[in-house]
Amino acid sequence: MNPDAILSFEEAMEKYDPVLGFEVHVELNTKTKMFSSAPNVFGDEPNTNVNEVDLGMPGVLPVVNKAAIESSIKIGLALNCKIAESCRFARKNYFYPDTPKNFQTSQYDEPIAYDGYLDIELSDGTVFRVEIERAHMEEDAGKLTHMGGATGRIQGADFSLVDYNRAGVPLVEIVTKPIEGAGSRAPELAKAYVAAVREIVKNLGVSDAKMERGNVRCDANVSLRPHGRERFGIRSETKNVNSLRAVEHAVRYEIQRHAAVLDSGEPVIQETRHWHEDTRTTTSGRAKSDADDYRYFPEPDLVPVVPSREWVEELRATLPEPPAARRKRLQADWGYSDLEFRDVVNAGVMDEIEETIAAGASASVARKWWMGEIVGRAKNADVDPGQLGVQPATIVELARMVEEGKINNKMASEVLDGVLAGEGSPAEIVEKRGLAVVSDDGPLLEAIDAALAAQPDVADKIRGGKVQAIGAIVGGVMKATRGQADAGRVRELILEKLGVTA
Amino acid sequence: MTDTNELIRLTAAALAEKLAAGEVTSVEVTQAYLDRIAAVDGGERGVNAFLHVNAEEALAVAAEVDALRAAGGAEAEALHVLAGVPIAVKDLIVTVGQPTTAGSKILEGWYSPYDATVVERLRAAKMPILGKTNLDEFAMGSSTEHSAYGPTRNPWDLDRIPGGSGGGSAAAVAAFEAPLALGTDTGGSIRQPGAVTGTVGVKPTYGSVSRYGAIAMASSLDQIGPVSRTVLDSALLHQVIGGHDSRDSTSLPDPLADLVAAAKTGNVEGLRIGIIKELHGEGYQAGVENRFNDALELLKEAGAEIVEVSCPNFQYALGAYYLIMPSEASSNLAKFDGVRYGLRVLPEEGPMTIERVMGATRAAGFGDEVKRRIILGTYALSAGYYDAYYGSAQKVRTLVQRDFDAAFTVADVLISPTAPTTAFRLGEKLDDPLAMYLNDVATIPANLAGVPGLSLPGGLADEDGLPVGIQLLAPAREDARLYRVGAVLESLLEAKWGGPLLAQAPALGELVEAKEAK
Repeated sequence: MNPDAILSFEEAMEKYDPVLGFEVHVELNTKTKMFSSAPNVFGDEPNTNVNEVDLGMPGVLPVVNKAAIESSIKIGLALNCKIAESCRFARKNYFYPDTPKNFQTSQYDEPIAYDGYLDIELSDGTVFRVEIERAHMEEDAGKLTHMGGATGRIQGADFSLVDYNRAGVPLVEIVTKPIEGAGSRAPELAKAYVAAVREIVKNLGVSDAKMERGNVRCDANVSLRPHGRERFGIRSETKNVNSLRAVEHAVRYEIQRHAAVLDSGEPVIQETRHWHEDTRTTTSGRAKSDADDYRYFPEPDLVPVVPSREWVEELRATLPEPPAARRKRLQADWGYSDLEFRDVVNAGVMDEIEETIAAGASASVARKWWMGEIVGRAKNADVDPGQLGVQPATIVELARMVEEGKINNKMASEVLDGVLAGEGSPAEIVEKRGLAVVSDDGPLLEAIDAALAAQPDVADKIRGGKVQAIGAIVGGVMKATRGQADAGRVRELILEKLGVTA
Repeated sequence: MTDTNELIRLTAAALAEKLAAGEVTSVEVTQAYLDRIAAVDGGERGVNAFLHVNAEEALAVAAEVDALRAAGGAEAEALHVLAGVPIAVKDLIVTVGQPTTAGSKILEGWYSPYDATVVERLRAAKMPILGKTNLDEFAMGSSTEHSAYGPTRNPWDLDRIPGGSGGGSAAAVAAFEAPLALGTDTGGSIRQPGAVTGTVGVKPTYGSVSRYGAIAMASSLDQIGPVSRTVLDSALLHQVIGGHDSRDSTSLPDPLADLVAAAKTGNVEGLRIGIIKELHGEGYQAGVENRFNDALELLKEAGAEIVEVSCPNFQYALGAYYLIMPSEASSNLAKFDGVRYGLRVLPEEGPMTIERVMGATRAAGFGDEVKRRIILGTYALSAGYYDAYYGSAQKVRTLVQRDFDAAFTVADVLISPTAPTTAFRLGEKLDDPLAMYLNDVATIPANLAGVPGLSLPGGLADEDGLPVGIQLLAPAREDARLYRVGAVLESLLEAKWGGPLLAQAPALGELVEAKEAK
């Protein structure tokens, strides 16, 4: 069969039931590395944040970073895991030039955290429980850059450069149990799960949690089985899917690909797959087989990690409010509807709204500004809303000016543009641009008369009780006053003039 | 000034006294040893104990100590008791400023960018480092014949092995090329060379001396320890190098009892000394057995109570050791791949892939014994074999520890011959790895259990006139007991011999020349 054949997602779902599994690697933001005192810093000159331990020099020994253990326990607790009373590191032996010792020191059969779960809320509010098998500690490898050759892979490269700055950076690998029953929601669940893990580690402050920097990396396992069958199908593991969107797309693609393979009557090959963001497809990597023998054995240079129960409880007490619980609390506090709140979350402005409210705005004003004004501007600028640099105090000031009738909403929006353009504070911009609501009724009444005269049929409708038709007259007045009129006052005056009560 | 021939024969303790009293300078002492090395170590029939001689730096340190002493005052007062006493370092231990080869071609010419913790401590004590001593490649062997730089010869008979893997350190001390040396002991590499060269060697309690900077063979078994001519000298050196090190996770947090005091106040009265039934008799050379019995007799006369203990699981210790040690070694030696340091060999033909460069480097850089152990260990750790080999060996290890625990409920110290035979001839066991491995049968249990062991000279075997070693074993952290008992036995034996055993060794300088003249 054509190895690139895929079924449509809908067709795949008609016949098969997907089973997922994730391995998410989280780089911890400890000051030093997992087993050495070298700095754990991203983006420095290659091979500067290394010492003899990171380079695997003869005679060196590892020492476990206590801060990394603390972070790992926090992650375990946040994932509702049990924390091991004693656990060891093991050596995973394989020869590869990014691994200075030619073995990776990693927890194997004794993870520090195990048997947890994470409740994932999907976009429609459905809650899906993902069981966590384990979260274990390990060290990152160095970074290889393959020079020459067309693919950027080691095959066909002329030579390769290695940067050991990343070698020994502490990682926590979070492994799920097989996730069954997601059905057609599988791609969405995949994205939501990884997003939730990222949110948790960011919220804990244990990782910078930037997927684009590889702080959070996801390997996605997918298998299919015909509806009604209990036994799992053969899985593929798509490596290093490093954005939330890519996680969703990769799972969707693999479901479609597996379905085509199964439909053709051929077996799915157990293998790793590479994700290609440009084509949104995967290609075959390395076949996984019994030939992969890492010869694990307990790391004899390290003693077991034995976190006391007191310490674990102390750490539990310091855990920040879980993101899901926080969302529930904020929604209740702010009085948003489910839809309003979900829009806020999806727009990624929950933290900003919280800060704006803390600065003195009401919940509805904060939402109006962020959702109504700032999100759209961010979309146009292709940045996150938080990156526009709007200060909560700015919004509070704008809102106050509107409330006091100094400017109207339209003007306020214009002022915000000025603030974003760096023209100064809202008050300065109002001053500079000569913006002020015309509050003298004289000029307004003239404009109203003109507008009523221009649209006599509308005036008649209003007189006849169709008050909602007033918009056309108000619009005419606002146009005539170049938007400087207070629309509320205009409305009042029109009704007064026509002798209608609203 | 003392005659240099006498000077090099002084114990480290005696040298320290003379230095402190100003009777001799460290430069004189260091130069005397450098001269001795020049006289007996090189050449076709030289001892070949040293792979590198560090004359310039050693003399500079010696001169610094002399200057401090001459200036007097607080700085002179603060000098360590062994300040100015030279020492040799096994070439498995990394040193800044001198090459470290581990006896292997794969590290030829490599200079460590950092000092081992024990080396830092030698430097802090201002002990001139004479150089780096020969060893079986990566400490794998019992004869020093597996060195990539030629075998070391036994000063008692240049056609015989000096033991291994630390044959260089033991031979250097026995040949009066150094008063002290550092060794490493994974299965007997300090004690067995001590036994066959008539010197003292101690494997401390696992974790009591930092392993940071000792190139690992088997991490759970390796331990750095002292090599010397007397029990007191080992205690002095042990105290310099021991103590907690935050860079070694397996380092014990608390210090040991005063070892020097134990060596100085030796006393065995009322002490229960246990003969390990399984570690003598059948398989042990008659002359070894005789000297062992002599030692027991002397200890009994001195007031010790001799008891017999049985350690039935010791019969499995050698087998377990030859699974655990190669397993750990196969992983520890994986880092030698030509990528970051040391030898890099490019394949002669075919594609230049990283796997092939690593393969060519390791094929050319490692000797046969190292390859044998890497293959053994890789196999023992393989999926499907792990439980049967590595797993079972770990269970035996626990049983050996239990045997020791039980034995130490009825005995304060255990005793055995250190090695089943005296020094064998160079080449004799080179083609028979199993026979070679059997040499360590009495020393291996201590490594498996992490307990300390000391070997001291027990006299010469009747049949070949070669040194026999007596091994003392104590519970973990009770290293002081070894020095207490060792010092007593040493003084009783020396009284019997009318002086140190090494005084009976052939005059080496003449021997080297005579052999060369042949």
